[in-house]
Amino acid sequence: MSLLVITIISLCAIGVVAAIILYVASKKFHVIEDPRIDKVEEALPAANCGGCGFPGCRAFAEATVKADDLGDLYCPVGGSDTMAKVASILGQEVEDKKRQIAVLRCNGACEHRPKTNIYDGATSCSVASLTYGGDTGCEYGCLGMGECVDACNFNAMYMDESTGLPVVIEDNCVACNACVEACPKDLLELRNVGPKSRRIFVSCRNEAKGAIAKKSCEVACIGCSKCFKECKFDAITIANNLAYIDDDKCVLCRKCVPVCPTNAIHELNFPPRREPRKDKAPAKPKIENIEKPIVLKKPKEEVKDNQSTNDIKKEE
Amino acid sequence: MLKTFSLGGIHPPENKLSARKGLKDLPLPKMVTIPVSQHIGAPAKILVKRGEEVKVGQLIAESAGFISANIYASVSGKVKKIDQVVDASGYRKESIVISVEGDEWLDTIDRSDILNKTIELSPQEIIDKVAEAGIVGLGGATFPAHVKLMVPPGKKAEVLIVNGVECEPYLTSDHQLMLERGEQVIVGVQIVLKALGIDKAIIGIENNKEDAIKHLRMITKNHPNIKICPLKVQYPQGGEKQLIKATIDKEVPSGALPIEVGAVVQNVATIFAIYEAVQKNKPLISRIVTVTGKSFSNPSNWRCRIGIPISHLIEQAGGLPEDTEKVISGGPMMGKALTNLDAPITKGTSGVLLIRSLEARRKEMQNCIRCCKCVRVCPMGLEPYLLMQLTERNYHDRLEKEDVMDCIECGSCSYTCPSYRPLLDYIRIGKKDVGQIMRSRKK
Amino acid sequence: MNQFVISPSPHIHSGDSVQKNMYRVLFALIPAFLVSALFFGWDTWIVTAIAVLGCVITEYVIQVYLMKVPTTIMDGSALLTGVLLAFNLPGNLAWWIILLGAIFAIAVGKMSFGGLGSNVFNPALVGRVFLLISFPAQMTSWPRPKMFNWTDVDAGTGATPLELVKQASKEGNVDQFTDSVGMIFNMISGDVGGSLGEVSALALIVGGAYLIWKKVITWHIPVAILGTVIVFTSILYFYDPTRYVDPFFHVFSGGLMLGTIFMATDYATSPMTYKGMIIYGVGIGVITVLIRVFGSYPEGVSFAILIMNAVTPLINVYMKPQRFAQPLKTV
Repeated sequence: MSLLVITIISLCAIGVVAAIILYVASKKFHVIEDPRIDKVEEALPAANCGGCGFPGCRAFAEATVKADDLGDLYCPVGGSDTMAKVASILGQEVEDKKRQIAVLRCNGACEHRPKTNIYDGATSCSVASLTYGGDTGCEYGCLGMGECVDACNFNAMYMDESTGLPVVIEDNCVACNACVEACPKDLLELRNVGPKSRRIFVSCRNEAKGAIAKKSCEVACIGCSKCFKECKFDAITIANNLAYIDDDKCVLCRKCVPVCPTNAIHELNFPPRREPRKDKAPAKPKIENIEKPIVLKKPKEEVKDNQSTNDIKKEE
Repeated sequence: MLKTFSLGGIHPPENKLSARKGLKDLPLPKMVTIPVSQHIGAPAKILVKRGEEVKVGQLIAESAGFISANIYASVSGKVKKIDQVVDASGYRKESIVISVEGDEWLDTIDRSDILNKTIELSPQEIIDKVAEAGIVGLGGATFPAHVKLMVPPGKKAEVLIVNGVECEPYLTSDHQLMLERGEQVIVGVQIVLKALGIDKAIIGIENNKEDAIKHLRMITKNHPNIKICPLKVQYPQGGEKQLIKATIDKEVPSGALPIEVGAVVQNVATIFAIYEAVQKNKPLISRIVTVTGKSFSNPSNWRCRIGIPISHLIEQAGGLPEDTEKVISGGPMMGKALTNLDAPITKGTSGVLLIRSLEARRKEMQNCIRCCKCVRVCPMGLEPYLLMQLTERNYHDRLEKEDVMDCIECGSCSYTCPSYRPLLDYIRIGKKDVGQIMRSRKK
Repeated sequence: MNQFVISPSPHIHSGDSVQKNMYRVLFALIPAFLVSALFFGWDTWIVTAIAVLGCVITEYVIQVYLMKVPTTIMDGSALLTGVLLAFNLPGNLAWWIILLGAIFAIAVGKMSFGGLGSNVFNPALVGRVFLLISFPAQMTSWPRPKMFNWTDVDAGTGATPLELVKQASKEGNVDQFTDSVGMIFNMISGDVGGSLGEVSALALIVGGAYLIWKKVITWHIPVAILGTVIVFTSILYFYDPTRYVDPFFHVFSGGLMLGTIFMATDYATSPMTYKGMIIYGVGIGVITVLIRVFGSYPEGVSFAILIMNAVTPLINVYMKPQRFAQPLKTV
């Protein structure tokens, strides 16, 4: 019995001593923090992705509280809504920024870009790009080892086995910039989501001369400037044999898409064209295949697509 | 006991198949491709236009900065085009393509084989001549040679160390050069000594080249200031820091140049090129290339003009064996695998190695069993297993603390790993990332 | 044009492999196995077979059905764990106890950490210590060696030399062992009681010499352990020869040789640098002697190794290899 009593008493004593130590320590080492940091942190999405350029949401919250102007600080995951909340907590104002999304600027799927050698090094895009130009003739294109997919914390990317290219899942992408930084070839770009998620971009980064680019990849941009001439809004620039569409200037008129001789200009989430294109290049249907997973947002359209294919089958 | 460096090191099978095969001049092809960026530093600026006639030894691209090098036409003919061509690095580089017509040399170049021992130029003139001739380190690093000859203020050169180690398996170009052009090399050593204003030179040669050691000892009988130092066969003895440790037992501190311990290191092939530039007025337009391989019919050493396609060399030497699956520019430990045999021979191409399909592929990577063999063989005393792990996890600050920048990329760790882990592949990435961070911090 | 294979340098490999290292260690264990078979007869074969089968099958089942990864049983590491476990068991152990030990060694000691290379503790020792604590009676009844007398089933059991010394130490008459040259000779040749593999110091040293010659292990760990044991026990011996037995007895008795050469040098659980290895070895030596002399167990090598295994990650963090040169001081 006495053993039990001693045990209980000694345990209680230890508890009391520990509590006193903890109390003293918490008072003595108390750090006075701006209470607004906690409030801002609460408003943030707590993804801790680092997309804002700070290590975690807490660090971002501290930075916003310290900053005089929120202009340079932006949480890509939360977007403008979150930034508005943060601004209201801090009594500041913030401009509306357009929501962005990651876009892959390479369409060098296996069938468009023949392999010229066999890579046998470590399975890592950065190792391969440090070693040489890549296992196809195009030294600017995707290496297909999925470092961007590994970098994505939001399950917004996967490797398409049939094309060997990564695919961005539109619904999950928060534009945190992780994949953009991971890609050693600088193929991913954050672009404006656009109205109804409609986007037009040049899906190529090949800066080689037209003939070389075309030889190494069927769907490469050859820098022919046909799109440049077509565009009436100054949205297209040509530099280093490569066209680039400025997404702030582009009005999504789609006129540049059909003029591209190599189908390097992609349009996403547009309704099908009324007139079928005359020069139906072989690459076009394949592009649709690649983007099917992206069209998740609009199940109706997908159904339509399926119906039409079914119809064709029936007709046959 | 033969001298060698103290830490780590490996001894891969030497496979010097082409040893003691006499030098031959490679016949000229129809076309040569001369990249303008064959050295470390800024690419040279092109001086010729399409359709222009050039002669052998004519300057066609000029050095674009302090760390850069002149480029000379290695053949005579017409500039066919200026284009982007894939070179040994696996990337397209600006190159000058010349279609060969005859073999006309500039008159100023002395083409005779007569040994010219009298050094007439002053030290500064020698350095200018070396810079003008576009000479770079021919051991493979391709660092402009004249930069090394200019001792920075506050430092003092004490000894010239000549690198005749050739520790890479298979390669024999330096060995053959020492055998056939020993006298010229020794005159070259004297030229460099004069340029540096010092009087002591050590030629480090690995013990597997006994005939070269004997030959050079005979020539240097009357030159007590030039010492021949036989070294135990050990890779990577040809590394600058390792060679200095082996020959004069001094350690170059991390992040410092050899001049910190009073040493200047030059490769024997570079020394020979300096001889030709200073005594014969001949710029760097050719080099010695070993072409070898286990199934190759004729492993041999060739004097090749810069810019000749590697495919031409292989064809002239014996033809590409059927079972070749990998072609390497350089040695098997540090060379680069080629995607394309039309890549040109450049200033840094010390050999062309054809690897059979049996040995071409790596084996599948397994778990690290923590056997610490990589730590044991690392000549810089690093922990490759740890550096690889940290790189995979992107722990850049830890990587910097673990001295990742000291890695000399010799490949001993990957060579020795029983789990076939691509240690060096990852360490290179870590080095690149940490280097970028360090540079951005300095700014 | 044929397509070439591209990889970063180096383009050649030493040809060394995990398998080669594991099979070399197994090869080095053959002399000890033969001596053991000589003294313990069929028991050696049976115990080893059960332990090996238990280990290999456990690893296979876990990898194929639980982890769903390609199996690595062919690399010989599970085989080695089985043999080492068997070498640490008495010859007359019931088959189900051996099997339990084998399953525990692989499942908990190795695979729960993620398989070969990730384990913190030596799996064979995890299995042995698990059995020692769970079945103390069975694990400490040692069959007498029955050289050339294999059919004699009831050879009976006897104490190990260390147990005898422990007993004598309490009575203060340890010096009776000091002069017995015969006993040391028996311990070197293996004609003593003990677990299967540990009895013959000579056979183990032969195996160790082979491993050092083949560069599978380095001398650092074995020398550090043996050196520490000799120094530490010499001090005790000269302090009071009636209570502490001489250093030679310690070196050649019990599992010290087996542990030093084959268990402490296990790749995954020992430090990565020479400096670290020395510290690790000294630690094992000190703890072994402390347990043997002052603890309640007569033998402490396996505990010592497990304790130092736990310290290894810490040693790895602080003990860096000697770098090529000191970094340049900021000018």
